[in-house]
Amino acid sequence: MKKIKYSEITPENIYKKRRSFLKSIGYGLGSLSLASISMINNSLANTNLNEPTSYEDITTYNNYYEFGTGKSDPYRKSQEFITKPWTVRIEGEVETPIDLSMEEILSTFNSEERIQRLRCVEGWSMIIPWMGFSLSELLNKVKIKSAAKFVEFETVYDPEQMIGQRRPVLNWPYKEGLRLDEAMHPLTTVVTGLYGKTLPNQNGAPLRIFVPWKYGFKSAKAIVKIKLTKNMPVSSWMEASPREYGFYSNVNPKVNHPRWSQATERPINGDIFTPRIETLMFNGYGDEVAHLYSGMDLKKYF
Amino acid sequence: MKKYFKSVIFFLSSIPFIIIIAKIFLDQLGPEPIKEITHHTGEWTLLFLVFTLSMSPLKRFTNLNIWISIRRMLGLFAFFYASLHMFTYVGLDYQFDLSAISKDILTKKFIFVGFAAWFLMIPLALTSSKKMMSVLRKNWKKLHRLIYLISILGVIHFLWLVKKDLTEPLIYLLIIIILLILRINFKRSETKII
Repeated sequence: MKKIKYSEITPENIYKKRRSFLKSIGYGLGSLSLASISMINNSLANTNLNEPTSYEDITTYNNYYEFGTGKSDPYRKSQEFITKPWTVRIEGEVETPIDLSMEEILSTFNSEERIQRLRCVEGWSMIIPWMGFSLSELLNKVKIKSAAKFVEFETVYDPEQMIGQRRPVLNWPYKEGLRLDEAMHPLTTVVTGLYGKTLPNQNGAPLRIFVPWKYGFKSAKAIVKIKLTKNMPVSSWMEASPREYGFYSNVNPKVNHPRWSQATERPINGDIFTPRIETLMFNGYGDEVAHLYSGMDLKKYF
Repeated sequence: MKKYFKSVIFFLSSIPFIIIIAKIFLDQLGPEPIKEITHHTGEWTLLFLVFTLSMSPLKRFTNLNIWISIRRMLGLFAFFYASLHMFTYVGLDYQFDLSAISKDILTKKFIFVGFAAWFLMIPLALTSSKKMMSVLRKNWKKLHRLIYLISILGVIHFLWLVKKDLTEPLIYLLIIIILLILRINFKRSETKII
């Protein structure tokens, strides 16, 4: 897959201008049916499938069960979520565990814009201009023992604020994991922002990870603990349904999910006439990450 | 009065259709509109199956024949919404990519049962007229008992597609089981009276 260069990305202000331009055409035509205009607006704004998904779609259409299972629940129910103060603990197979405050993290590491593809296991996809840095930088803050083979991420447990956690939909707190070499891969990102702004609560504020070649659920949100382990961690989704969700969960059009087609995906853009597009192996990041899995049967280790 | 009642029910039953058309034209379906349309039509199919199944118990409890007079219309609306549901999947979602669709039907059990449920509704819709009723006579009733199977398949379709939170499909399942149990009692008490 073609990598998206920075130059190809429409900055948000221009993007918005374009939308408002289209809207003003809409208002100008006035008497024409409002409906067709909004539809034209949509399809024009999204002609280029390599363009990032709109800020609105990225921040109102989320899977974040801590705030409810509906797609708009995270946006509607996370606005009061308090993310200050926030500490991330790195522990487990390390010489000395450390606690890093969010302020420390933000001042130590430089967040850059990283436009990455998100492919949800449910068969839809987005292109997201995250702000972040490589997880390896963060992990280099500690001395990792040679026994460490995996990394486990843990989301905050706070049913007072996260109303989704009051029901046992998943085994809270949310846990995810990576093999250490996956975690150290430069594409594995610690996300601190979106569209040049602070990360919104519904997208996993104040800090989440993002692994662009894996299905979205692998990328844990609102992380409070990063634990280096000897053994393969059991993620919340593996626990919920081991047949459906494997530890690796690499985007793979050849491995079928019982419910969703993994061969194709629907790009999110609010247009009913946008066709499905083909899903690419490793979500299009094969050149960068395929070597991590050489010799592995990815149908077995799905 | 009865005619008036029927028109009101017809109008009410069309509202979900009007809503979805309005939402399409006003661009109110959110970031994943095809899924919205699919869920909306699917949910209303199940609801209309429940409405249809509720009519004979309602007749029994209220002793009013008026419920039976709208039963066929409700059943046809169930078929209408099921067909919209199918068309959304086949036409909008997969843009008539028949090889992908047939692969889906054969490899995903929830699509298989959903498709089967819709398919079984076709003979019921085709034989829903009074004329067909008199042609088929006793067999008509037997044939139309297929709705019990159809509604069960519809709920299984819903149960199997849900990712984690099973509350909603289980509520439908419970309602449909109750409606079917009411029938068993109904038949027995009826035979006793006779």
